[in-house]
Amino acid sequence: MEIPEDLRYTREHEWARTKGTRIVVGITDFAQDQLGDVVYVELPDVGDPVKKGESFGVVESTKAVSELFAPISGKVVEVNDPLSDAPESINEDPYEEGWMIAIEPSDPKELDALLDAKAYRAFVEEQE
Amino acid sequence: MTNPTGWKPSMEQDARPGPGLDGAPGAGGATRGLVHEEQLLFERGSTGRCGVSLPKVPPGQEPKDLPKELVREGVDGLPEISELEVIRHFTRISSWNHGIDTGFYPLGSCTMKYNPKSSEALARLPGFANVHPLAPAELCQGALELMWHLERALSEIAGLDATALSPAAGAHGELCGLMVIRAHHESKGNPRRRVLLPDTAHGTNPASAALNGYEVQQLASNPDGRLHPEAVRAAMTEDVAAIMLTNPNTLGIFETHIREIADIVHAKGGLVYADGANMNALLGVARPGDMGVDVIQYNLHKTFATPHGGGGPGSGPVAVKASLAPFLPLPVVVKEGDAYRLVTDPRERPRSVGRLREFWGNFAMFVRAWALIREYGPEGVAQTGKLAVLNANYVRARLAGTFNLPYETDSLHEVVFDDKLQKANGVTTMDVAKRLIDHGFHPPTIYFPLVVAGALMIEPTETESKETLDRFVAAMQAIAEEAKADPDALHAAPTRPFRARLDETRAARKPVLRWRPGMKVE
Repeated sequence: MEIPEDLRYTREHEWARTKGTRIVVGITDFAQDQLGDVVYVELPDVGDPVKKGESFGVVESTKAVSELFAPISGKVVEVNDPLSDAPESINEDPYEEGWMIAIEPSDPKELDALLDAKAYRAFVEEQE
Repeated sequence: MTNPTGWKPSMEQDARPGPGLDGAPGAGGATRGLVHEEQLLFERGSTGRCGVSLPKVPPGQEPKDLPKELVREGVDGLPEISELEVIRHFTRISSWNHGIDTGFYPLGSCTMKYNPKSSEALARLPGFANVHPLAPAELCQGALELMWHLERALSEIAGLDATALSPAAGAHGELCGLMVIRAHHESKGNPRRRVLLPDTAHGTNPASAALNGYEVQQLASNPDGRLHPEAVRAAMTEDVAAIMLTNPNTLGIFETHIREIADIVHAKGGLVYADGANMNALLGVARPGDMGVDVIQYNLHKTFATPHGGGGPGSGPVAVKASLAPFLPLPVVVKEGDAYRLVTDPRERPRSVGRLREFWGNFAMFVRAWALIREYGPEGVAQTGKLAVLNANYVRARLAGTFNLPYETDSLHEVVFDDKLQKANGVTTMDVAKRLIDHGFHPPTIYFPLVVAGALMIEPTETESKETLDRFVAAMQAIAEEAKADPDALHAAPTRPFRARLDETRAARKPVLRWRPGMKVE
């Protein structure tokens, strides 16, 4: 299971990557593995507000429908539109091609409260 | 009849195991028999063949006043086949179906139990089946009397005071219940903002709350699979309209703290909504009203053996405490002297949330449910709950150790296993479910509830005999053995049905919903 060192993580299995002033968000390798084949993803529109810990979308696999939770509050500034036609990217490349949204954070410091790679790995191992 | 399986302890010695336990067919008796491949109607027949003789247009009724371009001589694209071909087509397709009348169907959380045919026969009595929905009350007293009796019985079984029969299904009942709760709070001047839900809730619960304008706050269950009073106390404020609970919950575990939780919620003016989806476990043994529940919906199609899935429609009556009765939707049946009357005028019930369903609800379901209650009687109704629990625990006890139990806590009418022990060999819940088909059993509910990774949720219901459960257990044990010996074979399951493992991922990602002429199946 891949858990990149340079990302931050939520306990709901989203990752957050700082890219300039933006925070890029997706779901982790563990999450995609648990979900199985992703068949549908519902994402917000550019300009929509998101709130840390609240749902910003839905991901659906052949097994289950799960909510996506924002790792940080702010405004959606970009959405990975190709995912709607190719949701398999979430399974195949969860940390790059499978990214979901980019957020302009209202308070970048919120990121500090998220798990780092080591803490997330421990959390996942505990889940298993 | 007091025992839905017809079983007595004295029958234990003499039980005949039936086919399959010697290994040749599946443990459920499945073989690959005379099953026919079947084309679409459009793909067969020949040009000009016709299965019906249509009458000639009677003289004087020719469409002469219609513009010529609107009159056609024929219709392109209709199947051109004989009556026999049509009959064989649909009869063959019907034989591909699996239902409770065909075999064991242990779909957890769904309560797929057998519906006695007596209920069906009574619902088809002409006096019930042909009564016109707009018939005046004096011409349908029998139908109204039945609704009145059913309303009384459902109220009593729930331990509550009044029941609205009209909601059309479980989720509709939830919607109705939450509307009643909102109306209650509004009558006190403040609808409140939030609804509390444990993380084991059915997906319809948050939807019902949200549709009524409530924010949903999820509460974590304890490691024992139960909701604990501390979690509720921490979240409970005067902003909370209600807590929604299922008891037993979706793990099949009885919420032992419900009375204390209800007291905590009531102390702040909130109400307790119970999702009655799992009432089968409590039937005639414990009453939600006695646990502090204010509102509950029944799923007649689960608990009282009205058609479930496919045949439908469902029925989701909502029972409430007396203080909430004025808010129930119309219509309601009242008894005046010896006569029965439908209350339909909102002026008579000004606080009612209104009407939620055309006419009077799914009336034929009321007949079926009432027939079942009368046939079983109070003792048989209680026996339903007890046997549902016994059957699930029998499966649990016999498969414990073969499959992992994520929660050690005692369960009631359903049991949740997971695939932890099989995963070591790369075998997943999906593989187990697919192999069960080869044995001749419908798979249980899988990957639900979401709090259990790789869940296998088994609900045998009270209507299955011990012999059937033994065959199911034998199949599960055989699959667990196979998972160790030959995991690859399981990945290929099922192999016995004439369609092997379907590509569910592709079906969901690239659905093809419409047949077109010349279409080729890839």
